[in-house]
Amino acid sequence: MSPGAETRSDSSQPESALEASLTACHTCHQLVRIDQNHQQQKLSCPRCGSAIHPRIHNSLLITWMLVGLALVFYIPANLLPMTRVVGLGQTQEDTIMSGVIYFIQSGSWYIGLVIFIASVFVPLLKLTLLMYLLVSVQRKSQWRPRERARIYRITEFIGRWSMVDIYVVTILIALVNLGTLANIDSGPAAMYFATVVVLTIFAAKSFDPRLIWDNIKQEPTQ
Amino acid sequence: MDATHQLAAQPLIACHECDLLQREPATADHCNVKCSRCGAALFRNVPNGINRTIALSLAGLILFIVANVFPFLSFEIGSQFTQTTLFTGVREFYSQGIWLLALLVFITSILAPLLQLLLMLYIFIPLKFGRLARQTRPAFRLLQHIRDWNMIEVFMIGILVALVKLTKMAAIVPGIAMWSFVALIFLVTGAHSSIDGRVVWRRLERAQ
Repeated sequence: MSPGAETRSDSSQPESALEASLTACHTCHQLVRIDQNHQQQKLSCPRCGSAIHPRIHNSLLITWMLVGLALVFYIPANLLPMTRVVGLGQTQEDTIMSGVIYFIQSGSWYIGLVIFIASVFVPLLKLTLLMYLLVSVQRKSQWRPRERARIYRITEFIGRWSMVDIYVVTILIALVNLGTLANIDSGPAAMYFATVVVLTIFAAKSFDPRLIWDNIKQEPTQ
Repeated sequence: MDATHQLAAQPLIACHECDLLQREPATADHCNVKCSRCGAALFRNVPNGINRTIALSLAGLILFIVANVFPFLSFEIGSQFTQTTLFTGVREFYSQGIWLLALLVFITSILAPLLQLLLMLYIFIPLKFGRLARQTRPAFRLLQHIRDWNMIEVFMIGILVALVKLTKMAAIVPGIAMWSFVALIFLVTGAHSSIDGRVVWRRLERAQ
């Protein structure tokens, strides 16, 4: 087998761990036997001590709440100013979009694109994908679980990239600090925006992707 | 031994993303093993992983110190001149009273990578010599969760954007700390991805 090659483990009779009264510890992947009668009990992994949930408790409810909150905070994050620039007596306030437009007009359209994707597109995409996954699990969808598993992995991966704009503001306020000559302060949107990012990170964590597969009655033919 | 016996000798594992029970396949070095049903990454076989992790974390720790002590960027308009370290932005947020943002930036760009490096050294140096540091299990658990909060690669993109924004305004000079920071991204990532959780937990079990 060549290095980097992909190995697929073979299993002739697919069965979920839960059906076999087993569950894998999420931290150390140790298989633990669970008693069906003691579902409500707090279990911990005998090997690493992490709390064990065969499925995340109230996964759908918690994820919906976090997604909803993130959507609410997304509005002020985009409408309020992100930065306040003072230069030679003039004050200019920039929202995320006006910053993007500034970059496009000043010729650095690629930077404008980076900010637009990271700050406007990625959070919305992530929230939309999560809502789609939530609805698909609630409707017990049979549609392409493998693709939905991939969508889940995308939502896990992209969230952090929304932090770019927060870091831009961090660096701007640190560097441009010359009193009345030139000074940059952060605006109220920064706080809302950071809240959106953190909420979406927790939302992706609280969604249990195993729920996608619990609904699948037959193995999809690949 | 025929193939079925060999397979049966492999431990059972459950995919953490779809819960499918399956036998752990025997793998060659540097193999990425994926779940046969959903395609989630199950583990990666890294030869000499513990040594790699120690070496890369040690190098990372040195660069981390350089990245935080020396000036990161300097900014010049006319005769005016400011210099920043990584921590300056955090302090600015804090002094503006936005302590929550200060905390978030501090955790994601300074605390999480530092803790990650320290935990890797704390766990793996004793393990290499067949010993077990105190509280290794909770430490390893923390290490696996803290990785999500280390966002230095995102921070780097933020720096690039800020540079482009400011070059029209003033002269920006990247300092030695910034180059260390760039190298640090690769070292921390390399050190963490050399960890094969199965190896560590099996050693921990044996040392119990």
